[in-house]
Amino acid sequence: MTRRLSARAGAPGARILGFGDYRPRRIVTNEEISQRVDTDDEWIRTRVGIAERRFAGDDESVVDMSVAAAGKALATSGVLAQDIDTVIVATCTPPAPIPGLAPEVAHRLGIASAGAFDLNAACAGFCYGLASAADAIRSGSSQNALVIGAEKLTDWTDQDDRGTCIIFGDGAGAAVVTATDSPGIGPVVWGSDGEKSRAISVADRSSFMEMDGRAVYRWATTQLADSAHRACKLAGVDISDIDVFVPHQANLRIVDSMVRTLKLRDDVAVARDIVTSGNTSSASIPLALTAMIERGEVKTGDTALLLGFGAGLTFAGQVIICP
Amino acid sequence: MATTEEIQSGLAEILEEVAGVLPADATPEKSFTEDLDVDSLSMVEIATAVEDKFGVAIPDDELANISTVGDAVSFIEKNQS
Ligand SMILES: CC(C)(COP(=O)(O)OP(=O)(O)OC[C@H]1O[C@@H](n2cnc3c(N)ncnc32)[C@H](O)[C@@H]1OP(=O)(O)O)[C@@H](O)C(=O)NCCC(=O)NCCS
Repeated sequence: MTRRLSARAGAPGARILGFGDYRPRRIVTNEEISQRVDTDDEWIRTRVGIAERRFAGDDESVVDMSVAAAGKALATSGVLAQDIDTVIVATCTPPAPIPGLAPEVAHRLGIASAGAFDLNAACAGFCYGLASAADAIRSGSSQNALVIGAEKLTDWTDQDDRGTCIIFGDGAGAAVVTATDSPGIGPVVWGSDGEKSRAISVADRSSFMEMDGRAVYRWATTQLADSAHRACKLAGVDISDIDVFVPHQANLRIVDSMVRTLKLRDDVAVARDIVTSGNTSSASIPLALTAMIERGEVKTGDTALLLGFGAGLTFAGQVIICP
Repeated sequence: MATTEEIQSGLAEILEEVAGVLPADATPEKSFTEDLDVDSLSMVEIATAVEDKFGVAIPDDELANISTVGDAVSFIEKNQS
């Protein structure tokens, strides 16, 4: 007879206790980019909605930014580093593939012996990480987890390619997730379309990112609304219950198009962090949320819909209760 | 099957919804980019709305050949089944 193994008892649910961010010091305006490539402020603002973005310097590595964002998230959550048992770093721009960044991030935060791993789901990475953390808590593998989205996209962007250099920036955002009796992170709806794996890609270690912008735009504005509706349904909320909408900050036009097709309430707080951060891939959702909470646009207990999507192509969405 | 007039008015509705173009301005000779200020990204969304409304898909390479409202109307007319 096949032996039956015992399972661990998990918590009924998981919720987010707090967010934190790190924005690199150097601000790069459209004006500065226009001095290097043939583009202009007006075109960038109307096509992608970006006014400025941040570029990380040599002393702002993906690990450095992860540690800073996570430290802030721990402070706002009131959770001690020593109580964290799982660290997930969502990134698609590590400086090298070995080792993963999460163990060093955990070590530098003073977290001993945490389960630590990197996750690459590109711009959907934070939502994949959040779902993985929530599921680890529900299955008993974790009590308190750190989920970090951190990117140094400028390392992989050709600053002479006007199709990509206007869009991408650097930064990190983090969330502390804990076990709870009343779930504050709804079931994830995730998926992928590997047929379009070349739509956003880096060919090899000496290449820069290449992107078929039009194909990505079409996919993002047409294929994702259904998943957003399903994420609401699985969390037991109606689209009209959503107070806050935080899609990945890929392009402001994609954000606005999603707002239109999802038919959100008129008073919904919509993340538009891209205007000052550019597209920061897996960092964009926690970066946006941290700023919205700090500005008072998002209040404790608000119901938020998160929707990540990007290279892969990958997507993931879930409903959360805001800390 | 939609008539030319139905396609014309359906397209005008889409243009108003997606790009804020007044229906009266959406006449056949108008160029999307030159006259109506509809850029390439709005064209992608118009293509999606056309597919929803008329069941006619306009892939990206076809989209490049459509420059006026009239071009779009005849493309839809030719390809509806
Ligand atoms: C990148 C993006 C803004 C480009 O827009 P687009 O309309 O597809 O742009 P195209 O490359 O077709 O160019 C349209 C026109 O603008 C010009 N153009 C392109 N980039 C330009 C720039 N940076 N500055 C000025 N003009 C530019 C082109 O030369 C072209 O001119 P033409 O019509 O006279 O030939 C858009 O495709 C996009 O944002 N896609 C989504 C990408 C995304 O979200 N990626 C991240 C996902 S995680």
